Amino acid sequence: MTIRQIHSSSAEPAGRPGPQPPVAAGAEAKPRLDRKRWSGRSRRDFVVFLAMALPNLALIGIFTYWPLINNIYYSTLDWTLGSVSATVVGLENYVTFFTSEDASKVLGTTAIFTLVTVGGSMVLGLLVALALNSKVRGTTFARSAVFAPYVLSGVGVGLVWLFIFDPGYGVLAWVLRGLGQQSPQWINDPQLSLVMVIIVYVWKNLGYCAVVYLAGLQSLPRDVMEAAALDGANSVRRFFNISMPLLSPTTFFLLITTMLSSLQAFDLIRIMTPLGNGTSTLIYEAYLQAFGAYNRAGYSAAISVILFAILLIITVLQLRFVERKVHYS
Amino acid sequence: MSAPAPAVVVDSSPEASQKPNPNEPLGPFSKANIIRTVATGYVPLVIATLVVFLPLLWMLLSSFKQPGEIVTMDLKILPESLNLENYATAMTTVPFAQFFANSLIVTVVGSSIKVILAILTAYALVFVGFPFKNVIFVLILVALMVPAQVSILPNYILIAGMGGKNTLWGIILPGLGTAFGTFLLRQHFLTLPPSILEAAEIDGAGHWRRLWQIIVPVSVPSIATVALVTVVSEWNDYIWPLIITDRPETMTLPVGLTLLQNSEGNGAGWGILMAGAVLVIVPILLVFAALQRYIVAGLTQGSVTG
Repeated sequence: MTIRQIHSSSAEPAGRPGPQPPVAAGAEAKPRLDRKRWSGRSRRDFVVFLAMALPNLALIGIFTYWPLINNIYYSTLDWTLGSVSATVVGLENYVTFFTSEDASKVLGTTAIFTLVTVGGSMVLGLLVALALNSKVRGTTFARSAVFAPYVLSGVGVGLVWLFIFDPGYGVLAWVLRGLGQQSPQWINDPQLSLVMVIIVYVWKNLGYCAVVYLAGLQSLPRDVMEAAALDGANSVRRFFNISMPLLSPTTFFLLITTMLSSLQAFDLIRIMTPLGNGTSTLIYEAYLQAFGAYNRAGYSAAISVILFAILLIITVLQLRFVERKVHYS
Repeated sequence: MSAPAPAVVVDSSPEASQKPNPNEPLGPFSKANIIRTVATGYVPLVIATLVVFLPLLWMLLSSFKQPGEIVTMDLKILPESLNLENYATAMTTVPFAQFFANSLIVTVVGSSIKVILAILTAYALVFVGFPFKNVIFVLILVALMVPAQVSILPNYILIAGMGGKNTLWGIILPGLGTAFGTFLLRQHFLTLPPSILEAAEIDGAGHWRRLWQIIVPVSVPSIATVALVTVVSEWNDYIWPLIITDRPETMTLPVGLTLLQNSEGNGAGWGILMAGAVLVIVPILLVFAALQRYIVAGLTQGSVTG
């Protein structure tokens, strides 16, 4: 029995692509009945697949994909949230957005917030990863410590930092007073509130980049680095000419994940600047328009659609780029 | 990792000078080498750790301070006593015990279902034959790119229409589909050597047994990663519970904290707000402390093989 099964599975070694291993179901059938056996097996697999994957796929369909379509529909409506009636206005919500001051303000804020937070957490994360990659004691603890803020509640973290930034009783105001300076009004000034939220966001997220970069650094081939060192390449040259190119898959992975999470940043903005004065990114503007004072559901949906279009473009560009430029070992 | 790491930060690694390099006569315990190790090895580590810990320490210290210790021009670092009055005030101003119970239910129920769905879907995608598996995987990948925030308005209308407003199931349901967990576990399952399934194949084990007896046991770090990330995101989830609840009975902790912020958002209330922040942050900090080695291992897999 055992021998026949091994034989029957080795008789058709390379027929199936990919990592899918040969499956023993129906292995007792005679080889000449192959076709029939296969169709039986694939019918069974078909049912197994659906039983296993369908609940999740259905949930993703209903609560991720269906809303995207619905959003597009809602974006064509002049509709107050909670109202039972709505008027179809076509593209008017988009026209209103792009012809108002909102467009440049919101898109500009989104661009600044995303670029600075992604760049900041990746560069600082890489620096921290380099520090963590040294062979001194305590790196394990330090690695956990710098990662910790990433898993903490944005609401809790936002409150803690709001207290630190408090112009009256915050630590920062106290430090500035010691230097003979007056604390700026972080919350009321649109530009400073954006700076404040960016600082806190980078503080919260750089540990993630650091840990991922550290994993990348530790997987670099040691012999290449040693060969370069014997050839007389100094540490800076080895870093830029060998480590960085080899780390490009890690960099690309981080670029995608941090950009996506920056474009979703909501908690800190909501807690630190509830009115969105100067910190209204696309996501926050969409929230404010629908669930803030205005209840403009159609307009909010239009902003969400614009955000999704931007995400789609970035993703496609990144996928094109990665095929050519990123080194995979 | 016991083997020496690749010498990327060569200046900071002591073995740089241990290499048989005639240009560097420094011994491992030479004064210059020790200074260099401290300056480039320890100093950045200590700074990075302090930058993370000081704000959290400040939160904890401030949560014990009375208004008089906070509303003052000269900073008092340590509280006068370990006074729990702020915690008591936070719990009575808003129903914090209720928020805590709600968060716990949402997190436990939501994450358990999500992790199981992720395991099943990833297994099906890797090990079960099905037409258009690549198309399905691409749809999952795209779903991964769609921020949940884009869907809040349609989901709000859908769930509110089903009567899910101010209910716990209304909070849990829309987040149950998991693209992240499926993606991460699929990538991990693909790295498993086919040989580990050969024994099961010879035994004639079906998919169900193969999944739970072979694949799941060897995938514990990845599953723990998915579980941890899911628990953390369920516990911290804010925008959706904020929108779908407006009554304290069904609010989760982060939403409840916003309620507290609204009532204590003046200078004197900072101590109370810090007590509230401690109650939100510390449970996750404890979970993280217990499971962090899994998340580091899992993230390594996700980024290097992804």
